[in-house]
Amino acid sequence: MYTVDDNGYYGKFGGAFIPEMMHKNIEFLKLKYLEIIEAPEFQVHFQSLLRDYVGRPSPLYFSQALSDLYGGKIYLKREDLNHTGSHKINNTIGQILLAKHLGKKRIIAETGAGQHGVATATVCARAGLECIVYMGATDVARQQPNVEKMKFLGAKVIPVTSGNKTLKDATNEAIRDWISNPESTHYIIGSVVGPHPYPDMVSKFQSVISEEIQKQLLEKTGKANPSKVIACVGGGSNAAGAFYHFMDEKEVELIAVEAAGKGVETGESAATTALGNLGVLHGAMTLLMQTEDGQIIEPYSISAGLDYPGIGPLHAHLFDSNRATFVNVTDEEALDAALQLTKIEGIIPALESSHALAALEKIEIGTDEVVVLNLSGRGDKDMETYLNYYKQKAQ
Amino acid sequence: MNRISEAFNKKKKNILSIYFTAGYKGLNKSIEIIKNLEDSGVDIVELGMPFSDPVADGPIIQKSSETALSHGMSVKQLFEELKDLRKQVSIPVLLMGYLNPIIQYGVEEFCKRCSEVGIDGVIIPDLPLDVYERHYESIFENYRITNTLLVTPQTNDIRIKQIDKKSNGFIYVVSSNGTTGDNKAILHNDYFAHIKSLQLKTPTLIGFGIKDNKSFLNACEYANGAIIGSSFVKHIESSCSTKHIKSFVDEIVKS
Repeated sequence: MYTVDDNGYYGKFGGAFIPEMMHKNIEFLKLKYLEIIEAPEFQVHFQSLLRDYVGRPSPLYFSQALSDLYGGKIYLKREDLNHTGSHKINNTIGQILLAKHLGKKRIIAETGAGQHGVATATVCARAGLECIVYMGATDVARQQPNVEKMKFLGAKVIPVTSGNKTLKDATNEAIRDWISNPESTHYIIGSVVGPHPYPDMVSKFQSVISEEIQKQLLEKTGKANPSKVIACVGGGSNAAGAFYHFMDEKEVELIAVEAAGKGVETGESAATTALGNLGVLHGAMTLLMQTEDGQIIEPYSISAGLDYPGIGPLHAHLFDSNRATFVNVTDEEALDAALQLTKIEGIIPALESSHALAALEKIEIGTDEVVVLNLSGRGDKDMETYLNYYKQKAQ
Repeated sequence: MNRISEAFNKKKKNILSIYFTAGYKGLNKSIEIIKNLEDSGVDIVELGMPFSDPVADGPIIQKSSETALSHGMSVKQLFEELKDLRKQVSIPVLLMGYLNPIIQYGVEEFCKRCSEVGIDGVIIPDLPLDVYERHYESIFENYRITNTLLVTPQTNDIRIKQIDKKSNGFIYVVSSNGTTGDNKAILHNDYFAHIKSLQLKTPTLIGFGIKDNKSFLNACEYANGAIIGSSFVKHIESSCSTKHIKSFVDEIVKS
């Protein structure tokens, strides 16, 4: 019910609204991706890299401290412990194998916070492929550690100066690059956005997260399904991965957390489900923040990984069908949640994951409930933001 | 027969189609510029509806779209401006833009307004053939709005023939792999010759990277004509006076 249909739609969302210049590449992917990624040799290679290179399975950590604070039994799925520091590597490992299979020599990617850029640069270094990463100039400035990592890994980071100079604009430039270099290049999209088959393909690569959660929970609690799964949503790749095996398990509540920025009413927000409506951007029909005239509204979040003006079509469908509950969290709430986790658990979360953590304040958790929160990335890249915030708060 | 087909019936060769972004030179300028283009001998005009995220366009048209949006251009505003189009202009006029603003306006209402103000067709790069057929073809046909589809060096012959079958105005032949204004695009003669050899039923215009007399005449060797966008947009940056526009067109078509 929540998987993609033959035309690439989730309910009324999805599809492939692409210029003719992208048709051949997208059509070829659409025809071949399942055959390629489900082939036994591909899966053996993919699974071995997830184990030996990424470091999977990532632990499912029971947080006594969070459980004491919010009730229930709260587990953290430690995607922050993956190689390169986030869930993004699951997808890039999969897509680089696909790119090799397709005979591509050059990889392009877009990145917001830089986690996807670093993960792409990493797999390109390993595979010996040229890597170009498009990144909004604003994000280049606020995510310096990741920019340096990408460069050190051999990637060329191209700052994008159009629009708001963030993730949306980086995506536009990556699409333009692919239009100009269709034969040599594979575009590794980092989230569950873009034309079909990207949302489905990226969800499938990320679904290792929920697959592991089920196994680990069964071992730890005797039951594979939790009561709730919580994950942050920008485009929505870590949430797609955390929700994947639970989408048809009705007793599992899916909670998606969007970035409210300075507040949904302030005009500086990235909370798409609260502010958006149906539209077409970057090749998919989905929920978008836009004007009455259909111009895309520049989103805002302190987290570079969450300020995208839409959500992936799967998430739009989960929202539209009331399968998932969407909550939103402000910059301030996320920053406070980051400090809290750091102090009580000694884990510094990524700003994106901090949004998911802040949602714990906003939901009801029963005493016997088992809650899994996807800790999508680690906070090294966000240290400057954290330190500045607490310096200002102390004054 | 609509104005686009009439134009191709009347003149089989060296058709010049010019693109510019509505609102780039300020609001309420569109008809004046189209009129100047018609008076200068241009055969077809493509009027761009600005979009915030024009992925098939290069930097010049993207910037012109940003400027137009900052002037307050919108689909609604554009139709207001075009109310008297047909009192002043007789050449075919197409609207070129991205799907999202059209969806927000309402596809049926959009086609209806096009028909009312005398717009002959549309070019929507992110509306691919299969989506068009599935969702929009009957609406466009009801209002007799021609949908111009694109072919590129990546489009295989089977698909080109499907596009030919579905086309009723002209086919937009994208000169090479790239976005609008891309300079690598100009002299792709093998590809142009291949398209010509397919003997399509629909007239063809070559676009992307056509910028001067040389590239225009070269394109005309292989197609019914060519489309100029970015270099015209750049030209009118300083002025859109009758004289300034005429000098551009004269320079392009001189034989």
